[in-house]
Amino acid sequence: MRANCWEGAKHVKVEDVPDPKILNDRDAIVRVTSTAICGSDLHLFNGFMPTMERGDILGHEFMGEVVEVGKKVKKIKVGDRVVVPFPIACGQCWSCQHDMWSLCENSNPNAWIAEKMLGHSPAGVFGYSHMLGGFAGGQAEYARVPFADVGPLKVPEDLSDEKVLFLSDIFPTGYMGAEMCGIEPGDTIAVWGCGPVGQFAIASARLLGAECVIAIDRFPYRLKRAREGAAADVTINYEETNVLEALKELTGGRGPDACIDAVGLEGHAPGLPGLYDKAKQSMRLESDRIPSLRQAILACRNGGTISIVGVYSGFDDKFPLGAVMNRSLTIRTGQCHVHRYMKPLLEHIQNGNIDPSFVISHKMSLEDAPVGYDIFNRKEDDCLKVVLQA
Amino acid sequence: MGTEIYRDAELGDVPNPERTRESQRTPKGVRVKAAPVHYPETRKTEKDPITQALGWFSIALGAAEVFAPGAVARLIGIDEDDHRGVLRAYGIRELAAGFGIVSRPKPTYWMWNRVLGDVVDLASLAKAMRSADTNRTRLAGATLAVLGVSALDVLCSIQLTRDSAPTTGHDDGSFMLPETVDGTQVLSAVITVNKPVSEVYAFWKDPANYPRFMSSLESVQITGDGRSHWKVKAPVGLSVEWDARVAKDIANEMIAWESVDGDVQNTGSVRLRPAGGNRGTEVELETQVKPKAGPVGAKIAKLFEAIPKTQMMNDLRRFKQLMEIGEIVKSDATAVPRMHPARPPKYSELET
Repeated sequence: MRANCWEGAKHVKVEDVPDPKILNDRDAIVRVTSTAICGSDLHLFNGFMPTMERGDILGHEFMGEVVEVGKKVKKIKVGDRVVVPFPIACGQCWSCQHDMWSLCENSNPNAWIAEKMLGHSPAGVFGYSHMLGGFAGGQAEYARVPFADVGPLKVPEDLSDEKVLFLSDIFPTGYMGAEMCGIEPGDTIAVWGCGPVGQFAIASARLLGAECVIAIDRFPYRLKRAREGAAADVTINYEETNVLEALKELTGGRGPDACIDAVGLEGHAPGLPGLYDKAKQSMRLESDRIPSLRQAILACRNGGTISIVGVYSGFDDKFPLGAVMNRSLTIRTGQCHVHRYMKPLLEHIQNGNIDPSFVISHKMSLEDAPVGYDIFNRKEDDCLKVVLQA
Repeated sequence: MGTEIYRDAELGDVPNPERTRESQRTPKGVRVKAAPVHYPETRKTEKDPITQALGWFSIALGAAEVFAPGAVARLIGIDEDDHRGVLRAYGIRELAAGFGIVSRPKPTYWMWNRVLGDVVDLASLAKAMRSADTNRTRLAGATLAVLGVSALDVLCSIQLTRDSAPTTGHDDGSFMLPETVDGTQVLSAVITVNKPVSEVYAFWKDPANYPRFMSSLESVQITGDGRSHWKVKAPVGLSVEWDARVAKDIANEMIAWESVDGDVQNTGSVRLRPAGGNRGTEVELETQVKPKAGPVGAKIAKLFEAIPKTQMMNDLRRFKQLMEIGEIVKSDATAVPRMHPARPPKYSELET
C-alpha cells in the first residue's frame, strides 16, 4: 500500500510499504477514506519530537471502512464506517476504566522509553514516535487499529467524512481545552493559537456558555476564521497589539477567567524573547518554546485556570511559577481523552450545533502529503487544515 | 533513617481522623501501622571508624600547624624560623580536609584530598632531609609517621570510591543494574495490576505461565511434586537449566521458589498485596541469582548481568497485559525482534 513516511527533519515521502496485518486478536484493519495532517505532526516534521525513525508512517487523525477484524473483535464488523481516536486504549486498565484513555497502561509497548523521559508512560499513539509505541500511522491507504472494540466510533452514513473526521483528535482536543476551563456564566476565555485545535477550543468555549471568547494569533487569515467560523468575540494579533494590555482592557483589568494554550512547543514571540527561545531550542538547551504559555499565565486573572492542550515534550525554560503560585492559578492539561468525548460531540454535530468542516482549507490526495506538510508548516496559501484522501 | 508508611488497613492511604475514631470502635476498620519500609540509604552509611579518626587527626595536626608551627617544626626536626609560613599553609589544608571528612556523610573527595596532602608532605620532608638545619633522626620519624598515615588514607579513599560506584542500583537512582551481594545478583521490580489478588495469585501459582511474559525464559515444565524444570534462553553452546521447587507458598500473599539442582543457583519470589481503593493488586517480583564458580559459571553470570531492571519491568508490563487484556500488545515496531520503523512488518520479519 501507499503511506506517508517520515524520512528525517522537514522530509516526508509517500512510499510503498507492506499492507498492515492483524497482530493482536482485538485488531481491526481499516481502509482509510480520509486522514488529516495535525498541527502536532508538524513537531515531528520539524524534528522536535525525539525517538522518530526513518520510515515511520505518520498520521493519527483518520477514518475509514473496516475491512478485517481479529478473532476477539465483537462490537464492530467488516463494512462499518468508523472514526479512530488518536490515543490507543485497552479499556481494561485502571486509567481506561476511570475515563483517562490517553493514559492507558497497556497500549504502549515502548513504555520503558517514555518512562525514562516522562517519569511514567502515557498511552500509545498512532504514528507518533517510538516513545509512544512505534505504531504505524493513518496517513496511508490502510491502517491497523488495536483494541477495535474500544476506540473506533461508528458514524452514520449521512454525515460526510469532513464533518466527522475531526472527532479523531482536534475537535475533542479543543473541546477538552474549553471544558478544563470550568466555564461559568459571565466568564471570559482567552485562546492562544488559532490553528485547528484553537479554532475548536474557541467554538467549544462558545458551546459551553462562555460570555466572551478572545482569540490570539499572528496570522490575519486565522483570526478571521476564528471570528467567522468559530465565533470568537474579539481577536488580537499579537504582532500588532500588546496582548497583556489588551486583555486587561477587555476584562476591566481582571484578566481572562481562563486561558487556553493551543499553541504547543513551537510558539512564536516577537522580538528578543522570541529569538532567545529559538536559539535555546535549536541548541537543544530547552525542549519547547513556551512564549504563549508564559503570556497566558501572566494574563490570567487571580485564581483563574490555565488549560494546556498544545503539545509539549520535555523541559522548558523561564516558566513563571511565581505567578502561578502567588496568584492561585490552576493548571489543567493532558493529551485528550478522545474516547470520552466522541459520542457527545457526534451528537453536537448531528444536532447541527457545529459543523467541524469549517477548519478545512485544503483537500488533496494522499500522494500530495509532502506538499500539504510544506504549506501547512509555512502557513502558505492561508493553510489551516489539510485533509488527505486516498 | 527509614521512611515509615502508615496505612489504614481498610480505609485507604490518607489517615482521616474522623474515620479513624470511628474505626477504633469496629474491629473491621482498626487502624494498623504497616511494617515500616526501610530504603537503603548508602549516603548515610556508617563511616568506617578509621576514616573518621583520620579526619580528627587532620584537625588536630592542622590546628597544631596553624597555631604552634614552631613546636611542630621542632617535633619533626626542621628549622623553626624557615618553615613557620609553609607549616601554617599546610595546617589550613589539613583543617579543611579534616572538617570535610568529619562532617560529610561520604567524604570521598576529602579523603583523596588527604592523600594528595600526604604526597605534598612527603615531598616536603624529602626536601628537608637534604637541608643542613635538619635533625635527621626526628625527620626520619616524622617521615615514617606520614608514610603510615598515607597508607591508611589511600586505603580509606579507595574504599569510599568503590562504595560510591553504582553497583547497588539504588543509590544513584538509576535502578538499572542488579544489586550484587556476596556474588548474588538481586533484582526486583513492582507493578500494579487491575485484577483482584486471588486472580493474580492463581496466575503465578502455575510456573508454566512464566515464559509467556518473562523474556529470558525459554520454558518451564511442571515435573510434579511442586517441582518444575526451568530453561533460560542462552547463546548457542551454553545451556542454562535447573530444577526448582516451591520454597514458600502463602495463598494470596506470596510464592517463592528456589533451584534445587542445575547450572545456576537461584531463588525468586513474588509478593502480592491489595492496592488501596480498588486499584487491584501490587505485584513485587524479586530474583536472586548466584552463579557457580568456574568459567562456565562466569559465562552464566554474564548472561544474568545482562538482564537489567528495565527488562524485568518490561516482563512485568507483559504480565500486566496478559492479566488485564489476555495477550501481549504489539506495535508495528515491536512486533519485530530487531529495530524496525513504525510501519507494517513483512510476514518474514514477524516474531514467531
